[in-house]
Amino acid sequence: MLADLLSNYMLTGKEIKMVLDGIRGTLWMTLASAFFGYILGLPMGILLTVTGQDGIKPNAFLYKIFDVLSNIFRSIPFLILLILVQPFTRFLLGKSYGATATIVPLTIAAAPYIARMVESSLKEVDHGVIEAAQSMGANHIQIVWKVLLMEARTSLIVNATIATNTILGYSAMAGACGGGGLGDIAIRYGYQRWQPHILLVTVILLIILAQMIQMIGMFIARMVDRRRVK
Amino acid sequence: MEPIIKIEHLNKEFKMKDTDVHALQDVSLDIYKGDIYGIIGMSGAGKSTLVRCLNFLERPTGGKVTVNGKDLSALSETDLRKARKDIGMIFQHFNLLMQRSVIDNVCFPMEIAGMNRREARKKAMEYLKIVDLEEKAKAYPAQLSGGQKQRVAIARVLASDPKILLCDEATSALDPQTTKSILQLLKQINREFGITIVVITHEMAVVQEICSHVAIIDQGNLVEHGTVEEIFLAPKSREAKRLIYQGYEKVAEMKGKRCVRIAFSENSSFEPVIGNMVLAFKAPVNILYANTRDLDGVAKGEMVLQLPEDEELAKKMVAFLKNERLAVEELESYVS
Repeated sequence: MLADLLSNYMLTGKEIKMVLDGIRGTLWMTLASAFFGYILGLPMGILLTVTGQDGIKPNAFLYKIFDVLSNIFRSIPFLILLILVQPFTRFLLGKSYGATATIVPLTIAAAPYIARMVESSLKEVDHGVIEAAQSMGANHIQIVWKVLLMEARTSLIVNATIATNTILGYSAMAGACGGGGLGDIAIRYGYQRWQPHILLVTVILLIILAQMIQMIGMFIARMVDRRRVK
Repeated sequence: MEPIIKIEHLNKEFKMKDTDVHALQDVSLDIYKGDIYGIIGMSGAGKSTLVRCLNFLERPTGGKVTVNGKDLSALSETDLRKARKDIGMIFQHFNLLMQRSVIDNVCFPMEIAGMNRREARKKAMEYLKIVDLEEKAKAYPAQLSGGQKQRVAIARVLASDPKILLCDEATSALDPQTTKSILQLLKQINREFGITIVVITHEMAVVQEICSHVAIIDQGNLVEHGTVEEIFLAPKSREAKRLIYQGYEKVAEMKGKRCVRIAFSENSSFEPVIGNMVLAFKAPVNILYANTRDLDGVAKGEMVLQLPEDEELAKKMVAFLKNERLAVEELESYVS
């Protein structure tokens, strides 16, 4: 069906295959980077919340370390970061171009950003509820798992949706350095070879992907939210 | 008998940017098993800080708190958590887990204590029965009224099988009707489970309704404490008087001359004291205010009288009333 639709835009069979591969590449980079981004960013966000001034175990020293770390990485422009980590990417995966290789810089860029979002979600949890759990003798780990993460879950999912879409945007940017996926196609064919119809198709597809991610995320967020009166 | 809560020379200071705030200054208080102890004060008096020092949600900067024979400041963090399981707490804004159903909220303390899920749910249903909310077990807090939320919070607190229950303005967000039913529930818990209750409030009515003892806190100081009856019949401090006279402070004429407040205890409330006095002196008195208050289940009357212009006569009347073993207090001195 998608192939039929694309042929209406005067794409040749070869071009269609390329665009479909691009979609696969983009989704793969985006979702994998979001996944690894959370593996690094979620614990970091939890640590920022717990060790913060109003946290359940304030620790100015630890907080400062993560605070500075997250600020440094967020202030490096993504394209520069992409080039900076190329040796590391090559060391990890043996090459520094293509969709899979782009997951490395995307994850590094996303993790501190995700950590901040997790921190802001967890800080929304009513302090009184945390106090209630403390008064019942809950330990720090129980408070993090059963109170902070559970009570903030709607906000966490909303923010995960935003993070995933931001990564989607970055993944397209990685196309400038042979990053693979739709962004790569848009730059090589649409810009460098001046084939505007390909540029148009990739842009439309990126918009559709972003919309889909947003819709799915919001749907899940609503589904798990029990705070509404039914 | 050893008190279940012993507060000795408690101090709490908050370090602020420019100044240090003394939230509590040298507070000492003994609370015995089975008491319902009211701690009353205006907002900002330090009563919430005080109650938070009883389970170390707030760490005092000086003094000693002994609960169940354990000096809380000497406990390690792990032991403190264990000790807290004996000290339940309910809050003004209920503080339920909004993403958990009612029954899962009640299960929470049992869950963190490591009880298995089936047993916890079974017990949770029993606690919900006590607070009369079984049929709401599967509802979520957002679907409940304020009174129902506080009932869930009470069921949740019972689930940790506490010896002490701290109530931090637990009825302040509720309407009078609901307040009454929650207070009745607390009273029932006190009776049936033998749980010692500490009630923080700014409303005298709450103290009158359920408390056996009361302590009055003002600007971080404990100004007066005793049984509710003692304080009600003969308030000594200015703050105690202000709290007890809350009801009729507003009437302007009462601030006039020769006004006295009399309080009836049980044995004198059936005799027509005022009638007898008027007959004896053949002079009228003006009744400015009269009320019966329910003090911990015992009816207590109070009245504000304006005595005749004649100073001599007024003095004699006061003597007469005192002779009838009524608590008499001239209100002239109290014009705030």
